[in-house]
Amino acid sequence: MEAYISLFVKAVFIENLALSFFLGMCTFIAVSKKISTAMGLGIAVMVVQTITVPANNLVYHTLLKEDALSWLGITGVDLSFLALLSCIGMIAALVQILEMILDKFFPALYHALGVFLPLITVNCAILGGSLFMIERDYNFGESVTYGVGSGLGWALAITVMAGVREKLKYSDIPAGLQGLGITFITAGLMSLGFMAFSGIQL
Amino acid sequence: MSAVLNDETKKVIVEPLVTNNPITLQVLGICSALAVTSQMSTSLIMALALTLVTAFSSAAISAIRNHIPSSIRIIVQMTIIASLVIVVDQLLKAFAYDVSKQLSVFVGLIITNCIVMGRAEGYAMKNPPLESFMDGIGNGLGYSLILIIVAFFRELFGSGKLLGIEILKLTKDGGWYDPNGLMLLPPSAFFIIGLIIWGVRQWKPNQVEKADFKIMSITHGEGGHH
Repeated sequence: MEAYISLFVKAVFIENLALSFFLGMCTFIAVSKKISTAMGLGIAVMVVQTITVPANNLVYHTLLKEDALSWLGITGVDLSFLALLSCIGMIAALVQILEMILDKFFPALYHALGVFLPLITVNCAILGGSLFMIERDYNFGESVTYGVGSGLGWALAITVMAGVREKLKYSDIPAGLQGLGITFITAGLMSLGFMAFSGIQL
Repeated sequence: MSAVLNDETKKVIVEPLVTNNPITLQVLGICSALAVTSQMSTSLIMALALTLVTAFSSAAISAIRNHIPSSIRIIVQMTIIASLVIVVDQLLKAFAYDVSKQLSVFVGLIITNCIVMGRAEGYAMKNPPLESFMDGIGNGLGYSLILIIVAFFRELFGSGKLLGIEILKLTKDGGWYDPNGLMLLPPSAFFIIGLIIWGVRQWKPNQVEKADFKIMSITHGEGGHH
C-alpha cells in the first residue's frame, strides 16, 4: 500500500508530467487562458489518463511483451516494437468510445468537455504516460495509480497556470514578451516551484 | 537543381526558420522537445529524427491525399506517422543504443508532436508530395534551430561542455568555471525559450501579440497645469 501512495505522490508532484517532463505543452500553453476551461481540460485529461494507462498496460502485458503470447502456446515472439502503434491506436479508440458514451449517457458533461476530447488524442501527456508505464515496467496496480496520479498532476499544473495567467493579463509586460513569451517564463517559475518537491521521500 | 529549388520550395524551407517558426510563432511541438535539450548530442539526434519523420510522413500522406476519406484521415495520418517513428526508434536502438536510452520515451512522443500532425493536416493534405517533403524538411529545420540554440546554452553553462568536449574548465577540475546547476534542470529550458521568443519578436515586431488590457496613460488636462 505504501508503495502505491509513494508512487501516487511522485506522479502528481515530483515527476509532474507538464512541469518536469514538458509533456502536453502545446495544449498547456494554448488552453490555459481561463481557469474554467483549463480545469475542464484538466479533468478530461485525468479521466482519459486513468483509463488509457491501465488499458495499455493490459495490452502490453498480454500481447506485446517478450514471450507474452505464451498463453496461446506461442513462445519466443517479441512484439514490443509494436508498442508505439498499439498505444496510440488504443488511445485514439478509447477517446472515441469515451466521447460516444458521454454523448449518450452524460450529455451535460459531454458538452462541457466536448471540444477538448478530440484534442486529447494528440496530447503528449497521454501517450507519454503510457510510454513511461512501459519503460518503467509497472504492473497493473501500479499502472492504475500512475494513471490517476499523472493525470491529476497535469490537471493541477494547468489549473494553477490558468490562475496565474488570469492575474497576469493586467500587468504591464514588454511588447515582445506579451502572450507566449511571458507564459514560458511563468511556466519556468512554476516548474522551479515544483522542483522543491523533489526532495520528498515517502 | 534549379528545377527542384524553385521559389515555392525555397519559401517552404526558409520561412519556417524565423518568420514562421513552428516553436516560437505557431506554438507547435514544444511537448517532446524541451526535455532532451540538456545535451547537444541528444538534441541533434532528436532534431534529425523529427526532421526525417516530418518530411517522409508529409510526402507519404501527400502521395495518398486524394484517396483518404476525410472522416478517418486523422487515424490514417497517425498510422503512417507511428510506423515511421517505429522505424526511427528501431534504427536508434540498433545503431545508437546509449542515445536511445537517454532519449527514453521522447522518440516515441514524436508521434504526438504537433509539428508532424500539423504539417500533415495543414500542408501535405493540399499539396503534391515533393513540396510537402520540402515543407517537412523546412519545419523540421525550424524546430531543430530552436532545439540546438537551447541545448547550446544549457550544455555550455550547465556543464561547461559542448557535444561532450570541455569548453569552459570547471572549478572541480582546477579550472575557473563554476557550473550553473539550474541550466540542467527543466525550468531553464522554459526561461531560454521565453527569452528566444522575446528576442525574435523584438526583431520581427509583427509577431507581437496584442495585450488584453492596456495601462492607461494619465494625461493631464489643459487646466491642470496652473
